Amino acid sequence: MANLASTFAGIKSPNPFWLASAPPTDKEYNVRRAFEAGWGGVVWKTLGEEGPPVVNVNGPRYGAIWGADRRLLGLNNIELITDRPLEVNLREIKAVKRDYPDRAMIVSLMVPCEEEAWKAILPHVEETGADGIELNFGCPHGMAERGMGSAVGQVPEYIEMVTRWCKQYSRMPVIVKLTPNITDIRRPAEAAKRGGADAVSLINTINSIVSVDLDNFAPQPTIDGKGTHGGYCGPAVKPIAMNMVAEIARNPETADLPISGIGGITTWRDAAEFIVLGCGNVQVCTAAMTYGFKIVEEMKSGLSQWMDEKGHESIDAVAGRAVPNVTDWQYLNLNKISKAVIDQDACISCGRCFAACEDTSHQAIEMSDDRVFTVKDDECVACNLCVVVCPVENCITMKELAPGDLDERTGEKVAAEYGNWTAHPNNPSATAAE
Amino acid sequence: MTHSQLTPGVAAGRLPRDSYADNFSDLHAPLTAHEAAVASDRCYFCHDAPCMTACPTSIDIPLFIRQISTGTEESAARTILEQNIMGGMCARVCPTETLCEEVCVRETAEGKPVEIGRLQRFATDTLMEKGVHPFARAASTGKKVAVVGAGPAGLSCAHRLALKGHDVVVFDGRAKAGGLNEFGIASYKSVDSFAEREVAWLLEIGGIEIRLGQRLGENLDLDALAADYDAVFLGMGLAGVNALRADGEDKGNVTDAVDFISDLRQADDLPALPVGRNVVVIGGGMTAVDAAVQSKLLGADSVTMVYRRGKDRMGASLFEQDLASSKGVRIIYNAMPVAVHGNGAVQEVEFEYTVDDGGKLSGTGERFFLAADQLFKAIGQTLTGAPADLTVERGKIVVSETGRSSRAGVWAGGDCASGGDDLTVTAVAEGRDAAEDIHTSLSVKE
Ligand SMILES: Cc1cc2nc3c(=O)[nH]c(=O)nc-3n(C[C@H](O)[C@H](O)[C@H](O)COP(=O)(O)OP(=O)(O)OC[C@H]3O[C@@H](n4cnc5c(N)ncnc54)[C@H](O)[C@@H]3O)c2cc1C
Ligand SMILES: Cc1cc2nc3c(=O)[nH]c(=O)nc-3n(C[C@H](O)[C@H](O)[C@H](O)COP(=O)(O)O)c2cc1C
Ligand code: SF4
Repeated sequence: MANLASTFAGIKSPNPFWLASAPPTDKEYNVRRAFEAGWGGVVWKTLGEEGPPVVNVNGPRYGAIWGADRRLLGLNNIELITDRPLEVNLREIKAVKRDYPDRAMIVSLMVPCEEEAWKAILPHVEETGADGIELNFGCPHGMAERGMGSAVGQVPEYIEMVTRWCKQYSRMPVIVKLTPNITDIRRPAEAAKRGGADAVSLINTINSIVSVDLDNFAPQPTIDGKGTHGGYCGPAVKPIAMNMVAEIARNPETADLPISGIGGITTWRDAAEFIVLGCGNVQVCTAAMTYGFKIVEEMKSGLSQWMDEKGHESIDAVAGRAVPNVTDWQYLNLNKISKAVIDQDACISCGRCFAACEDTSHQAIEMSDDRVFTVKDDECVACNLCVVVCPVENCITMKELAPGDLDERTGEKVAAEYGNWTAHPNNPSATAAE
Repeated sequence: MTHSQLTPGVAAGRLPRDSYADNFSDLHAPLTAHEAAVASDRCYFCHDAPCMTACPTSIDIPLFIRQISTGTEESAARTILEQNIMGGMCARVCPTETLCEEVCVRETAEGKPVEIGRLQRFATDTLMEKGVHPFARAASTGKKVAVVGAGPAGLSCAHRLALKGHDVVVFDGRAKAGGLNEFGIASYKSVDSFAEREVAWLLEIGGIEIRLGQRLGENLDLDALAADYDAVFLGMGLAGVNALRADGEDKGNVTDAVDFISDLRQADDLPALPVGRNVVVIGGGMTAVDAAVQSKLLGADSVTMVYRRGKDRMGASLFEQDLASSKGVRIIYNAMPVAVHGNGAVQEVEFEYTVDDGGKLSGTGERFFLAADQLFKAIGQTLTGAPADLTVERGKIVVSETGRSSRAGVWAGGDCASGGDDLTVTAVAEGRDAAEDIHTSLSVKE
């Protein structure tokens, strides 16, 4: 059995699956159930400063995008940080950590952007015995308007400053949670590193309006006729999150900064993808909110089955393995040439490839009177749209031409050597190939 | 007096009263909104979709299914009804397993087609339940068209003509409109008086007058119609039935399956409808299956269908045959009736096994007997009452692609006319196409 044990930024947990800071980790009751269910760690729902807690809306908090069978594809929320008193949360954190010493207990924090505020709360958190803190610089609604959350996360200088305070006033590992609501995710990550962060985690939710009520002309969720932008999460955000993770992982400035991957992780495979893109562990919110805590069983069994099958012994052995293969477009090999091939035995004659290629692409598929579809090699540019729209998996595949083969589209022979855009004759700023 | 399934002879009320409603309920339950969303998501929106080609009325199936999946059932219904004004009935009675669903690429791929028929019903039911008639008549043309027969062919023709602004009078020999939708289709395919409701809904277009009790060849004649109207459409179906040509056919309780079915369809009180303890049905088409299954549902103890050829030659689809088997009907293939025995009423039917030698049927000499208190003949309907001056071949009025008969100004379609299978949907298509052609010819004469 593969070893799923994880050490992330010095914090140990029996597996790399943590629950992200959100309703699943809002109180002792939930977190105990989560640990019983087998989660490796939790990031406790974000705490605010001492005093009267924030209040949430008393109407709907969620909006959603569904597939036809009502599979939840995207979730949007307008919830704030914890609305329970600080002392209650701290007491509960301490009690749970005491009973589950092997699990990771991270406390998410969001207090005003003032040194005193951070200096005040950190000792209280330390006193609970928690393993680390996560700085919530991501929440895109409600708190941002008050100068916290993503309002901080969008200004690299603030990130650096607050991170530095936390390192200065606490001995706990500091994870900086990043907002995706920014143009270049590398800047806040670099700032966190400069401030001394032990790790970053991302993504928090994405600014979004998930749907509009067409009878009342109001965004949803709607409260008394109005709605506001909320934070988007769930399966729909995974591609965005993975790109941001990869950008940080392959940036030389932050390449050695541990990353906790978050955003749409629903199955073991999602988790594995984040891990090979450079994450030391992963955090899950929406999937748990959709299916309950039990999903972690599938995540653990799936990840270990895959690792066993492939002979990967530990998380560390696979973490970041895909990072060297993430490159910039200009370095892609333009001399690799493929053609679409349709497996006539597998084809069910739906004609979707034809409609796609004929109407919107390169007119490279031929349709006979009796609905046989074939690729015209002299037109096919290998875009693979046909593969994407074909409902039968592996019916259409891309076959790579061998060096020396004729590309019927260009009339030229396939070159054996690597050749990219930087040296292409059509590139006005081409440099000679080396 | 209470009867049971074992009561000898022909008797009513063989079953507990409350089991009739169950037995005659919807064959395929309507889809709920969520089921429809899931079912519609399975459609691949094929290019030049095979299902569309297979549909005799060429409904744009991928489009209407996509309209359902985006929550616009009314638009979906319009897409259906523009091509097939009886899309509601067709959704219930079409043998989709040999039409659209047979060629669905998901049938090819996984043996499980998109549920086109049920989705069609979902869309049309939604619209009809809202009490909406989605079409409006064009300005009146002042032209008058006579339609004979208020079945699917006649009504489809009438609706299309009315839509174009013509005034239509529909004559039917029966006391109620609807044709076999009303008198023939199995009751579990058209529950809650759907046929009647659909006719009323169809007539909301306006400009159509129905005159009942008017029978061509009796109190109505073609020359008079041709003189009084600008065009005539004949959609009179097949009102006669084939004879068995077996000895003893005239014995008691030997009846035409279509009459039994018609009585059943019109019955207010099913428990009061008598049925035999042992029922034998002769024939292999939909009528035979419907008579057999409904006898069983009425409480007959044993029901046997006997067909003279093999399973694959049977007119009823495999689905229909399986339906019959699942209801407890026994099907005997390759046997033909020789004689009906009994003292006054039928008691036994004598059969001979057959061999089908490339279409040529002959008896093997081996005989067997089936006990029968009731014998239904379902060996095909025939054309009756067709005007003498029309060309008739192989029992059908000969028509062109667009329904023109051999007599100028007279069109025909549906079961009574040549071309196409004897199906509701084909009748609708032919009625519609004839209407288009009538409209063209009336417009040209201007
Ligand atoms: C028992 C049975 C079950 C069937 N089940 C199915 C099924 O499940 N699915 C399917 O698709 N098809 C089924 N069919 C076939 C389908 O019902 C017919 O193909 C369809 O009804 C033909 O429509 P039509 O308008 O041509 O004729 P009809 O529906 O027969 O209508 C003809 C009309 O003309 C009237 N008429 C007849 N003669 C005269 C006259 N001389 N003067 C005036 N009026 C006249 C009749 O009263 C009738 O109203 C079934 C048929 C039968 C008999
Ligand atoms: C209802 C809700 C409340 C959330 N509250 C917080 C929060 O208090 N602090 C925080 O750092 N992130 C919060 N998040 C963001 C999640 O921790 C997580 O970053 C995001 O949902 C993406 O992961 P997912 O796709 O697995 O849900 C919240 C998310 C949801 C859905
Ligand atoms: S790969 Fe692109 S261009 Fe080639 S056949 Fe497929 S859709 Fe057409």
